Amino acid sequence: MKLGVVIFPGSNCDRDLIHVLENVMQQEVKVLWHKETSLGDFDQKDCIMLPGGFSYGDYLRSGAIARFSPIMNPVIEFANSGGYVWGICNGFQILCEAGLLPGALLRNANQQFVCRNVFVTPVTTDSAVTNALDRGRAYKIPIAHAEGRYYTDAKTLKQLEDNQQILFKYCDKSGEINEAGNPNGSLHNIAGICNVSRNVFGMMPHPERAAEEALGNIDGRFLFDSFIQFQGRAEVDVMDDLLR
Amino acid sequence: MSGTSHDPQVTTETAKELGLHPEEFEKIKTILGRTPNFTELSIYSVMWSEHCSYKNSIKWLKTLPREGSRLLAKAGEENAGLVDIGDGLACAFKIESHNHPSAIEPYQGAATGVGGIHRDIFTMGARPIASLNSLRFGNLAEEKTKHLLRGVVKGIGDYGNAFGVPTVAGEVFFDECYHTNPLVNAMSVGVVKVGKTVSAISYGEGNSVLIVGSSTGKDGIHGASFASQDITEDSHEDLPSVQVGDPFTEKLLLEASLEAIETGAIIGMQDMGAAGITCSTSEMSAKGKHGMKIYLDRVPQRQANMKAWEILLSESQERMLVVVKKGREQEVINVYEKWDIHCEQIGEVTTGDRLQYFMQDELVADVPAESLVLGGGAPVYEREYRQPDYFRHISEYHLDVIVEATDLRSIAMRLISSPNISSKKWVFTQYDSMVGIANTSTNAPSDAAVLRLQGTDKAIAVKVDCNARYVHANPYVGAMIAVSEAARNIVCSGGTPVAITNCLNFGNPYNPEVYWQFVKAIEGMGEACRKFDTPVTGGNVSFYNQSADDGPVFPTPAIGMLGVLEHYEDAMTLDFRNEGDLIYLLGESRNDISSSEYLSNISGVRFSPAPHFDLDEEFNLQQVVKELIQKDLIESAHDVSDGGLFTTLLESAMPSDLGFDISTDENFRKDAFLFGESQSRVVVSIHPSRQDEFLDFMMGTEVEFNLLGEVTPSNIVVDADDWGDVKEWKEEYENAIGNAMSHSVEATEV
Repeated sequence: MKLGVVIFPGSNCDRDLIHVLENVMQQEVKVLWHKETSLGDFDQKDCIMLPGGFSYGDYLRSGAIARFSPIMNPVIEFANSGGYVWGICNGFQILCEAGLLPGALLRNANQQFVCRNVFVTPVTTDSAVTNALDRGRAYKIPIAHAEGRYYTDAKTLKQLEDNQQILFKYCDKSGEINEAGNPNGSLHNIAGICNVSRNVFGMMPHPERAAEEALGNIDGRFLFDSFIQFQGRAEVDVMDDLLR
Repeated sequence: MSGTSHDPQVTTETAKELGLHPEEFEKIKTILGRTPNFTELSIYSVMWSEHCSYKNSIKWLKTLPREGSRLLAKAGEENAGLVDIGDGLACAFKIESHNHPSAIEPYQGAATGVGGIHRDIFTMGARPIASLNSLRFGNLAEEKTKHLLRGVVKGIGDYGNAFGVPTVAGEVFFDECYHTNPLVNAMSVGVVKVGKTVSAISYGEGNSVLIVGSSTGKDGIHGASFASQDITEDSHEDLPSVQVGDPFTEKLLLEASLEAIETGAIIGMQDMGAAGITCSTSEMSAKGKHGMKIYLDRVPQRQANMKAWEILLSESQERMLVVVKKGREQEVINVYEKWDIHCEQIGEVTTGDRLQYFMQDELVADVPAESLVLGGGAPVYEREYRQPDYFRHISEYHLDVIVEATDLRSIAMRLISSPNISSKKWVFTQYDSMVGIANTSTNAPSDAAVLRLQGTDKAIAVKVDCNARYVHANPYVGAMIAVSEAARNIVCSGGTPVAITNCLNFGNPYNPEVYWQFVKAIEGMGEACRKFDTPVTGGNVSFYNQSADDGPVFPTPAIGMLGVLEHYEDAMTLDFRNEGDLIYLLGESRNDISSSEYLSNISGVRFSPAPHFDLDEEFNLQQVVKELIQKDLIESAHDVSDGGLFTTLLESAMPSDLGFDISTDENFRKDAFLFGESQSRVVVSIHPSRQDEFLDFMMGTEVEFNLLGEVTPSNIVVDADDWGDVKEWKEEYENAIGNAMSHSVEATEV
């Protein structure tokens, strides 16, 4: 498996993500430039990651311009054909703007940029990102955004719930999902979701900022571990199929 | 040489309007051997402004220690100081003011202050890894202050957050003297491999001069001159002097410039800050002892029909001047084009020392570079000074007339929920403090911010400090305290202080009382820097911080200090770790509440001396703290500063929701013991099993130490009186500023 990290003009968490994937998680990383029109040799078991930042300055709506970036055509194609795509923070905003994930990320309820540690808890373990996580446990992962208040209409919300597309909800230190644990006013405390096919993920918190002992917090590493293990198992399954 | 026909006729009056003194105008005529035209006069007016020339400060700045074994560039030699931090790495760092723009337009003023200081760092080839800031405002109860605070914080946040450099530390202080003239000082810290830096220099006949980045508009014209005057009721008319920032372009400019440096085709590079093209062309040329021909009509322009002097003086942001080896221009242009950054060749390097500016092939200005710059022809003045009149009031102060407070708990509560002492959470959560994954202080709070350096075991500790009330009370001692407190914070975090940058915010230098504050502060700063072996690597002087209504601001020499940790694991935190740990005070307690927050803002006494301070005592204390950390004898270290001992204890208790049970010392007034701000004290906590070892060690030092009490599970107990759960205190401490900000006209408008 290899991981592709897209650099948009204005991305600013790309270096952090690449560092964690390469040096902490020991994964093969390929950098993708926004002007490229093809992904090259990526296949279904690989994953394209959209990092945090302020793509194209985000002077309009966050992610509204990045979605028209040349690289997004092959990314959307890749997702639609079943390839894994994972957006963090600005990456999540871009995926919503691109229509790969439902809903939108509005200005935080307090109208301010917020950067601090928050707690999130997995709502389902039926996804590559959450399958190795503990239900009910509070994972401490920082957020840093001005537009992270997840919103969608009632019909879509019901679909998200029915299909178990909500991956993470903001919670308090003890893992309880309540108003006090909601840092931005997100609908139903939603912090991260996936699409119906469960191959496109988006989340506002930054797991790459909580992946090293040197920073005193490795809760984010569990998400990368979960994904890598899941892909590892998927590869074994493919091998099994071939052998059968 | 004559100006174009529609330029004003140049006379002594014109010179005066541009901020030049009659004798300066005469000097220009002597240098040129003729009367300058308007364009040339404009050039001199900005280059000889206080902001660019340091004409009223340089004499005293030269008395500061500016050399040390770790320094790779002397103060003023490059865009920022450069310090060798070992392992083949160097740190470039600098602090700069953006006070006047922020007074008029807080959002853009603060944003462009952040952008400007980062450009200073990355034009040297260093990647910025941390931002700090030092902010001063008027009384927070005032609507105007809330407006300024809201705008400045949003400006710093929006710029830094998008640019992608974490804001890791800072200070915010409120006093009515800053009502009209707030202070906004921004600091950037960058890292570069030794030997990979780029200099702000130009040489080599025929080499190409490129302008890179945003196009040039009429914004910020005469910004440097604007910064060199008092703020008056007419200052809002100077709004065009304030620039507009674009962090997105700056981010691209950063990445492109670092990549362009890799080509090896670059001779020199300088950002365009104050005085734009004028300043960058003259400083780079003077340094390389060459001239330039610049074709101003080739400069990409935002507006039509810009005049030569407007192009020369524009302070449009996110622009740089790059001198490239002849024949290798395309390599550099290719890099900038990859990042969609515009790059235009606007001239060439010439022999000799003339700067010749052309418009449509017509020579519009012809001046010697050397005559414009600091260290060259720019004027240097000695100003007279005398002890300010307000010192009478200070000498009238006596502790005995201050009635000792009896309800200590309610005083403590008022103190920790006052704007100066309470948490600045409302401010710093609006800043991205974690991008770059280097800031270890998020989960391990310490007195200074600690940043690990990827790929090494090393970390740096950075801090900005200045209690301007102390400096006002005694500029000499106050400036020594500012340096010492910064050093103490770095030492308490496990680091070794190595160098400082300073931002010297004062009133009008032509006022002898203001100038006295400046001279004494420089003397005190120099002495402390020599003691700690932390040379001054550069910085910025900001005079004219005063208004007709409020007079001069407190003299505010903000100190930005850099420290080094050989191993990031050696970092020490400020938080109490375990219930039952013993709490010790290192350093002497004193019957001293002088210039404390308690005396000034609770007792309402505005004039008192600086708190007790002795440089040797401070130095010895810091050596002891350093050894305690190296010997792994302590669990936490936190210095006693604004708010006094009680505030220090509370700040150590809150991170883990622990409490403390302490006893005061009957030899001292209780208010002085708990709230006094006498210097050179540190609170440490130790595990009981290490007590003997700790005592043995401390007995062998000259530093006084006293057992205060112990860490409790949750409650705060003072002299056996239960002051309640730490969480109640934390609630007040953390939300005081947020609550004040939500009760404002603007907040309800949102």
